[in-house]
Amino acid sequence: MHKEAAIREPLILGHKTYHDITEDVCKPIEDKAPRMWYILFGIALIIGLYGVGCILYLLGTGIGVWGLNKTIGWAWDITNFVWWVGIGHAGTLISAVLLLFRQKWRMAINRSAEAMTIFAVFMAGMFPLIHMGRLWAGYWVMPLPNQFGSLWVNFNSPLLWDVFAISTYLSVGLVFWYIGLIPDFATIRDRAKTNVSKKMYSILAFGWSGRAKQWNRFELVSLVLAGLATPLVFSVHSIVSFDFATSVIPGWHTTIFPPYFVAGAVFSGFAMVQTLMLIMRKAMNLEAYIHTRHVEYMNIVIMVTGSIVGTAYITELFVSWYSGVEYEAYAFINRAAGPYWWAYAAMMTCNVVSPQLMWFRPLRRSLLFTFIISIVVNIGMWFERYVIIVSSIHRDYLPSSWSMHYPSHIDLGVYLGTIGLFFVFFLLFARYFPVLALNEVKTILKSSGESYKNAPDTHHHEEKSNVAKAATNVSKEIEDKNDDSSSDETNTDIKE
Amino acid sequence: MAEKVIYAMYDDDDVLKDGAKLLVSKGVKVSEVFSPFPIHGIDPIIGIKNTRLGIMAFLYGLTGLTLATFGMRFFMIQDWPMNIGGKPNFSYMENILSFIPITFEFTVLCAAHGMAITYFLRNKTLPGMPAQNPDPRTTDDKFVIELRTSENTKFSGEELVTMLKATGIVELDQKDI
Repeated sequence: MHKEAAIREPLILGHKTYHDITEDVCKPIEDKAPRMWYILFGIALIIGLYGVGCILYLLGTGIGVWGLNKTIGWAWDITNFVWWVGIGHAGTLISAVLLLFRQKWRMAINRSAEAMTIFAVFMAGMFPLIHMGRLWAGYWVMPLPNQFGSLWVNFNSPLLWDVFAISTYLSVGLVFWYIGLIPDFATIRDRAKTNVSKKMYSILAFGWSGRAKQWNRFELVSLVLAGLATPLVFSVHSIVSFDFATSVIPGWHTTIFPPYFVAGAVFSGFAMVQTLMLIMRKAMNLEAYIHTRHVEYMNIVIMVTGSIVGTAYITELFVSWYSGVEYEAYAFINRAAGPYWWAYAAMMTCNVVSPQLMWFRPLRRSLLFTFIISIVVNIGMWFERYVIIVSSIHRDYLPSSWSMHYPSHIDLGVYLGTIGLFFVFFLLFARYFPVLALNEVKTILKSSGESYKNAPDTHHHEEKSNVAKAATNVSKEIEDKNDDSSSDETNTDIKE
Repeated sequence: MAEKVIYAMYDDDDVLKDGAKLLVSKGVKVSEVFSPFPIHGIDPIIGIKNTRLGIMAFLYGLTGLTLATFGMRFFMIQDWPMNIGGKPNFSYMENILSFIPITFEFTVLCAAHGMAITYFLRNKTLPGMPAQNPDPRTTDDKFVIELRTSENTKFSGEELVTMLKATGIVELDQKDI
């Protein structure tokens, strides 16, 4: 067992036993859903359905219902795509990168962060698909030869790299998440009281039995998947940034895009995790597992990645002047002082100023402050994408082609709809799935649980002396145990 | 002789580990351990070899790498040599940079899914499989050691039970099969 310094804050508060952890996580699933859940689910579903309606209208009418025009061919849709993909970066980062670094605090949040990731990538994937206008031709992005000959998709194109990156990310993330879920589904299965839930969770648990060999494989598979997912996380948003960086548009043609986009993605992803986690821990009584310490750790990540993003903004400005390229310089002057100055100002305030407040310990340990900042950061990150995309292309090389982008109500509806659908998925997840990796959390109870940390002497000595006794005075032990165990032992036959 | 299975239940992972150590030192073969979470360090005690799934993942990854390389060479160089901006693709090596992202993604895709499928098959965990843990509490907070008389012919059933009772068990079940 790993030893942890006593001055380190415990990760599991209160005097929890293994059984308490099971109870705390399974109770919200087994109990009736609170009224609030139905209300939130209803609201999310209505918004989601409105979004679906907007998408259907778009498919029936054409891309013209969006606010795009000849100059601005990419705007609201790809902003939302990048925004959602960015949000979908925290889950895998938490579960994969933090697993490789053996960060125990990840265990309380990795499950729901990964669920959030998967749902966010669903939402992201929808935008390129509907932007095709002809959804039924969506399979054309797959490497298939066309029917006229053997023209394949263009493997030189970052847009195709994106197809591979996003689909690999989504499917690997899904598998990683599900492999972790299986033992926890087994726990729920073995506790289930009604026939329906027993049947459902039996299917979901894949017959998991918790054999030593199964756990041996489980640990290795988790480690190797984490090792594979770590470069994957960084590659996905790098490739998303290539969509812009490999073009020749001033403002997009920037070599710092890949690291800067990855940092921005982690930044917005962690902010979304904070928003969801702060609500979830309250609503599902998980305050003992997700508490100030976890929030503080995540705020530090937000602060670091926010600083990287801020540095990148300033570097871009400097290089646009230092490069001596007039078009590049104009793109950035126009960004900050042109007609979209307000979006630029929103981005700068939300993304550069607000994370710096996390240097103050009382602020980063304040849950209310964190909640507000987490929303501010996500607004800022949405504006970042909007600024990069729209402000770079709305001033074309020919002044006669200059234009502005105004979102139509369908643009707004589709975007709101994805937020609604995201919450529909997340609420269903919180209702039926174990939101905490409950069996993984049990492994850190003895090293990071409050009751074990604060009373290390009594507990460990007892255990240690047992080992010593058992190892040395084996025969004496047998007699002692036989005496006291004969009274309270219960011998029951196992029912087949 | 009828084979007997003995299930000894513990309520602490460390007690189980010490118990298993003690049993093994006396020459008892522990056939299985069921636990709600991985007990670190139990595998060498009860003689479980490390899984080779990591090697499989590497091989699947290698397969993906090869497929992606040869696939893209065929699609972009041989089958329909694409000419972009007057710059035709003459050889794979001249264009290798733009093929790296997809090669990487496809390697990861094959390694991860190949390993996951192998993991499910080797574990015999597939949709619809029945649970095989001896007690529903072993996925909650109880830990079970399984002994089989057929694997411990040196000892009688009673001797095994006596030895188990010395290891701090909380419950004992026996089953004839």
